[in-house]
Amino acid sequence: MRYHLVLRTVAKILIPLIMLFAFYVQFHGDYGPGGGFQAGVIFSASLILYGLIFGLAALKQVIRPWVVRVMLASGVLIYGGVGVASLLLGGNFLDYGVLAHDPVHGQHLGILLIELGVGITVAAAMITIYFFFAGRKTTKQ
Amino acid sequence: MTLATHYPILQVVIPLLAAPACVLLKNPRACWLLTMLVMLVSLGIAGQLVWQTSESGVISYAIGGWAAPWGIEYRVDALSSYVLLIITTIGALVLPFAARSVADEINIKMQYLFYAAFLLCYTGMLGITITGDAFNLFVFLEISSLSSYALVSLGKDRRALSAAFQYLIMGTLGATFYLIGIGLLYMMTGTLNMADLAERLPAVNESRTVLTALAFLTVGISLKLALFPLHSWLPNAYTYAPSAVSALLAGTATKVAAYVLLRVLFTIFGVDFVLGTMPVAEILIILGMAAILIGSMVAIFQENLKRLLAYSSIAQIGYIVVGISLGTVTGLTAGLVHLFNHAIIKSALFMAIGCIIYRLNSVLIGDIAGLGKRMPWTMAAFVAGGVSLIGVPLTAGFISKWYLVLAALDKGYWPIVVVVLAGSLMAVVYIWRIVETAYFKPYNGPASISEAPLTMLIPTWLLIMVNFYVGIDSSLTAGIASKAAAQLLGVSP
Repeated sequence: MRYHLVLRTVAKILIPLIMLFAFYVQFHGDYGPGGGFQAGVIFSASLILYGLIFGLAALKQVIRPWVVRVMLASGVLIYGGVGVASLLLGGNFLDYGVLAHDPVHGQHLGILLIELGVGITVAAAMITIYFFFAGRKTTKQ
Repeated sequence: MTLATHYPILQVVIPLLAAPACVLLKNPRACWLLTMLVMLVSLGIAGQLVWQTSESGVISYAIGGWAAPWGIEYRVDALSSYVLLIITTIGALVLPFAARSVADEINIKMQYLFYAAFLLCYTGMLGITITGDAFNLFVFLEISSLSSYALVSLGKDRRALSAAFQYLIMGTLGATFYLIGIGLLYMMTGTLNMADLAERLPAVNESRTVLTALAFLTVGISLKLALFPLHSWLPNAYTYAPSAVSALLAGTATKVAAYVLLRVLFTIFGVDFVLGTMPVAEILIILGMAAILIGSMVAIFQENLKRLLAYSSIAQIGYIVVGISLGTVTGLTAGLVHLFNHAIIKSALFMAIGCIIYRLNSVLIGDIAGLGKRMPWTMAAFVAGGVSLIGVPLTAGFISKWYLVLAALDKGYWPIVVVVLAGSLMAVVYIWRIVETAYFKPYNGPASISEAPLTMLIPTWLLIMVNFYVGIDSSLTAGIASKAAAQLLGVSP
């Protein structure tokens, strides 16, 4: 790994930009193309790139497997939680209108939270898949 | 707005949210406890929904507050509440059994994932049953299928992996065919809501697109249903899956697929079109009869008990499909009653086999010689379930076969009666092989084998009791079933 200077340098420059773009796609999803799924995939791509260049062990230092597991579960819980919250506030399940005083604000808030949940779970799922593929022991070494 | 109006969504959301909670908890005992709690709550909600639909008719729930043809609608009528009751009953009884069985068969590091997948599979099946939206049904179909592939692959035997892969290929084909069918219908009508589809379809019935859609949907669902000759994934999946998974899937997965078939044929396309204009009934009756004969025949020659039960399941699916395709209220009632009866019988039998695996670590018929003395309660449960599978009076199996024969006679379809009798006789043969080995051969296994633990025996026996109860007093199942049948066919009961 010590020799791939170009790869390492380019990766270090690109990774923050990829992450930034992921957040743009995530939080600009209301107004432009994008949303949680795409943002999650882009975000995980930055971490997978790190794993490809610096190795699986280094990636597991950056993001611990248990953190990924918690992310995996919490995304779904955020999604469902928004639904349950709207239910408790007197609307139907996932009726974002009741989440804020103004229904339009409520709709904005609701979709933002939902997409956040989607983004977290998708990113965690992609990283988990990478962990398993990269960590697989081959029979012939 | 009280809680009761939200039952349809809570039925699905509670197990859905419990699944990621299991991933967070990670401790097998805590996961089991949470899952058990969810199963009991779900059973309660399903009971409430059955009561609500019988009191006030169809319940409709608009997700996100978007009204029906545009938003996703959850719709509970007599049929769906009946199927919900089947799924939740099986779930609530399989899970207590699963605690010991899972601890024994699955790697401790994977157990929390087992419970998460179990809950997701359960969520998917409940969602399929409750939704009134054809595309939403596909989503739930995928949730339940993907998690059941994972569940099957958790089996101890390495062949579980190839069985799961085979199931994945066939299941994905089935789901894709379903999706293509729905896509074609959407192209013609511009709607995905089932009730709306039913209204708009008659105008475009003549078009080839709709006929193609019908073909894709029927084949796709038949794959999921494991209707002969599309059953090849089922024996391996049931044989190599962990015992608790076999018990759950045998009781619910194919039943839910049968429900989807009913919904698509009768609710979306309508009886007149499917059974009158198109020869769907004829095809399904012939395939169902073939399933009964061939499934039972192959079951006779099996050495592996789980595989024997799996082939018997293929035969039982035949009974259900024949009943459904007769297209009369009695026929449909027979199919629906058998849906419930076969679910409890097969789950009980697979749980009895699970008890044998727990003690003996083998499922080969040669190894259970003389086991009747060593594990009297387990084997007695197996025999009681087997007797019901044959259809002896006072058992649940008798009720469904009785209705089926009545329906066939009503229509004057003599061959069906002959096939049902032949199927029952073959069931006598394959059950008797087990009885003979377990009771009339000397025991030659290890001396340490004793009765299975109570936590596994009690749920098994509870299912057996339910089986005898509905065999003696069939008013509960046959009552709801005939009401659901009348609703589906659009005639007043």
